Amino acid sequence: MEVKDISIKNMKTEDFKDNAYLEKYVEELRQGGVNVVVGVLDDIINWGRSNSVWPLTFATSCCGIEFMCVGAARTDFARFGWEVTRNSPRQADVIFVAGTIVHKMAPVLKRLYDQMAEPKYVIAVGGCAISGGPFIDSYHVVKGVDQIIPVDVYVPGCPPRPDAMLYGMMQLQRKIKVENFFKLPNKPNREKETSDESSTTQSK
Amino acid sequence: MKKINDIISSVNSALTVEDCQYPTINVPVEQLKNVAKKLFENGYDFLINLTGMDYKDSLGVIYHISSSVDKNAMVVLKTTTDNRENPVIPTVSDIWESANLYEREVYDFFGIRFINHPDMRRIFLRQDWNGYPFRKDYDSNPELNPVPLENQTIEAMEDVPTLTVNKDGDLVANSKPLFGKQEYVINIGPQHPATHGVLHLRVSLDGEIINKVDPNFGYIHRGIEKMCETKTYPQILQLTERLDYLSGTMNRHAFCLCVEKAMGLEVPARAQAVRVIFDELTRIASHLLGWGCTCMDMGSITAFIYGMRDREKIMDIFEETGGGRLMVGYNVIGGVANDVSPKFVDQVKEFIPYMRKMIKEYHTLFTYNPIARGRMENIGFLTKEQAVALGTTGPVGRASGWSCDVRKIEPYAGYDKLDFEEVIRTEGGTLDRYLIRLDEIEQSLRIIEQLINNLPEGDFKAKTPAIIKLPAGEYYQRVENARGDFGVYINSTGEKNPYRVKFRSPCMTLISALDPLCKNEKIADLIMIGASLDYVIPCADR
Repeated sequence: MEVKDISIKNMKTEDFKDNAYLEKYVEELRQGGVNVVVGVLDDIINWGRSNSVWPLTFATSCCGIEFMCVGAARTDFARFGWEVTRNSPRQADVIFVAGTIVHKMAPVLKRLYDQMAEPKYVIAVGGCAISGGPFIDSYHVVKGVDQIIPVDVYVPGCPPRPDAMLYGMMQLQRKIKVENFFKLPNKPNREKETSDESSTTQSK
Repeated sequence: MKKINDIISSVNSALTVEDCQYPTINVPVEQLKNVAKKLFENGYDFLINLTGMDYKDSLGVIYHISSSVDKNAMVVLKTTTDNRENPVIPTVSDIWESANLYEREVYDFFGIRFINHPDMRRIFLRQDWNGYPFRKDYDSNPELNPVPLENQTIEAMEDVPTLTVNKDGDLVANSKPLFGKQEYVINIGPQHPATHGVLHLRVSLDGEIINKVDPNFGYIHRGIEKMCETKTYPQILQLTERLDYLSGTMNRHAFCLCVEKAMGLEVPARAQAVRVIFDELTRIASHLLGWGCTCMDMGSITAFIYGMRDREKIMDIFEETGGGRLMVGYNVIGGVANDVSPKFVDQVKEFIPYMRKMIKEYHTLFTYNPIARGRMENIGFLTKEQAVALGTTGPVGRASGWSCDVRKIEPYAGYDKLDFEEVIRTEGGTLDRYLIRLDEIEQSLRIIEQLINNLPEGDFKAKTPAIIKLPAGEYYQRVENARGDFGVYINSTGEKNPYRVKFRSPCMTLISALDPLCKNEKIADLIMIGASLDYVIPCADR
C-alpha cells in the first residue's frame, strides 16, 4: 500500500528545496512493501510524533539566542508542536546543537546525547556545529559535531535566522514522518550514515 | 604623570616612567611586588586588565591599573622573565583580588606560574592539555591534543597546585584539595538552563547554605585571541562580535576605535552618530534579554516573552540597515559598512516612545510582583569595596555605588557631548542590579533621542588603505558594553596582522563575584544572584 507520505501541514512539499533525498528514501521503503496494519499504525504514530517534538534546552553560544527567539513571540515554534523545551535530556526528543562545541564540551555533549531516550534526533545549528565555522582554525574547537554524534539536519548560518531554524525543524518533521516506527531504534539508515561519516573523517 | 613619577621614584629611583598612551613602567620581576603595593596604597585599586605576552626571547605580563577614586588615572606595569623553561613571577592576587582569575589565565596560555597564587589550576583548558597554546612556539598538531572522549576526573578538577617560596628561598610546588572530604559538593552545569551558558559551578553546601562556589570555565573557550594573531584587522572584526554576542556591536566598535586610534584615522560625524545609536540599541536589546531571562529563571515565562517581543523591534531596525539580526556586522574600520536605510530614522523614532511605555508595563507586570520581590530582596549584597577589588564593572558595579561608566570616564565616539546620566544605586543587592538595567534602558533612549533628531549629514565611512597596517606599538581602548568595561589591547609590530590581541572581558570578573555573593546564601538564591549578574559565558571564555 502507498502509505508513506512526506507532506506536512505547515508547508507545501514543492516549496522545500531538497525533496529528492526524502523521495528516494520513501521509494526504498515502498519497494520493501508495507504491511497494511503496520503501515497505518506507523502513519498515525508518526503523525503524532512529528507534531510533538520536544527539544532539549541546550545552547553553548550565539545560536542559542536565536533559538530563544524561535521560542518567543514572533516565530513561536509552538505552532509546530515544539514548544515543550525540556531541561532534562531524558525527556527530550531532539537536541539543537546551538553553538560552538569545543574540546572540553565534547564529552559533555556526547553524554547528553547518550542520556536521551530513543528515538532521538540531532539538529546542528550554525556554522560552528556544522564544521567549526569561523573558528575552524582554532586549537580548541571540534570541527563539526558529526564527529561526536550523528546529525539529522544541518541548519547553516552564523547564526541562522529563526526562519531558517523553523525550516530545519520542518525538515526533521518530514524525516520523522517517513520512518518505520516499529523498526526503531535499529535505524538501518542512521547506522549507514554514521559509518559513512566516520570513513570520511578518517580519509580527511 | 608627575604623581606617578613621585610614587615610582619613592620605591626605586632607578625605575623610569615612559610616556606612551598611558604612563608605562618596566619593572624587574624582583621589584614588581613593591611597586604594585605602592601603587595600591596610592589609590590605584582597580586592576583593569592583565595580559600575558610572549616576546619570543622572553615571557612577560602587562598590568593595566586604574583607580576608583581618580578615575582618569591609568598606569601600565610591564614585567618580563627570560626563563622560558620554568617561568615564575610573583602574584599580585593578594593586592588586587581580580588578578586571581587573570593569573590563572596567563598560566593556562603561557605557562607562567605565579608565586604564592592560591590556585594554579588551568582555567580554560583541561588539566591534561599538552603545551601552552599562546606561546609563539606552540605545536598545534591536533594529534597532541585529540578531541577527548571522557570528561575530566573529579580528582583532576579538585587538585589545586600552588607554588611557594620556602625559608631558603627555593621554590616549592605543593598541591591541596579544593574541598574537604566532609564537604557536600554538587555540580551545576555545564548543561543547565539557568547558568546562562555552559558554565560549570561546583558548589559546596552545608544543608541549604552555600559555603563556596568554584566556577569551572572553558566549556566554550574558542581561542579567539590566538586566532586573531593570524588574521588581518578587518578579519578580526567578525570574531569580536562573537565574544559577547549580546553586545556584539559595542565590542566591534571597541576594536574599530582601537585600530582607528592607532592609524590616526578621523571618523566622519555621521558614522560616529550612527555607531552610538547602534551601540545604545544593542544595550537596550541586551538588557531586555537579560531582564527576560532573569524573570524566566524565577519562573515567569510571560515576562520572557514580553522582553523578546520588544527585542524583535530592535532586531528589525538592525536588519533594515545592517542586514544582520544578532550579528549586525555594521561597524567597519573607518566608519560603518553602508549608509543607514531611508526607513531608519522613522523606525527609531517610532521605537523610543514604544519602549518608554513598555518599561512602565514591565514594572507593573513584574517589579512590583510580591513573588518577584520575595526572590530578589535582601540577597546577594556586593559592597563597593568588593566590586572595585573584583573589578566588576558595568551595571553590577554601579548597583554597588561605584561610578565606573567608561562613557563618562574616558568618553569615546562623542559621548562627552551627549546629555545622559550615569545610573548609580547604593545598596548593591540583587534587586538593585535588576532595577539598574531597566533604568539604563531609559538613559539609552535619551541618548538615541538626542542623536536621531539631528543626524549629521556627510560620509558614512572614511577612506582607508586597502591593506591596513598599524604602526608598531601598543594600543588600548576601553568601551562600555552592556556588561561593563570592555577593553581591547593590540600589540602591533607593523605587520598586517597583530602580534598579540587581548580582550578584557567584563564577564569573567562578574563570574568571579559569584563566590563572595553566594556565601551564606541559600542554594535556590544562587540562580537568582547569577541571573542578576547577567554574565555571558562565551565572553568570559573567549
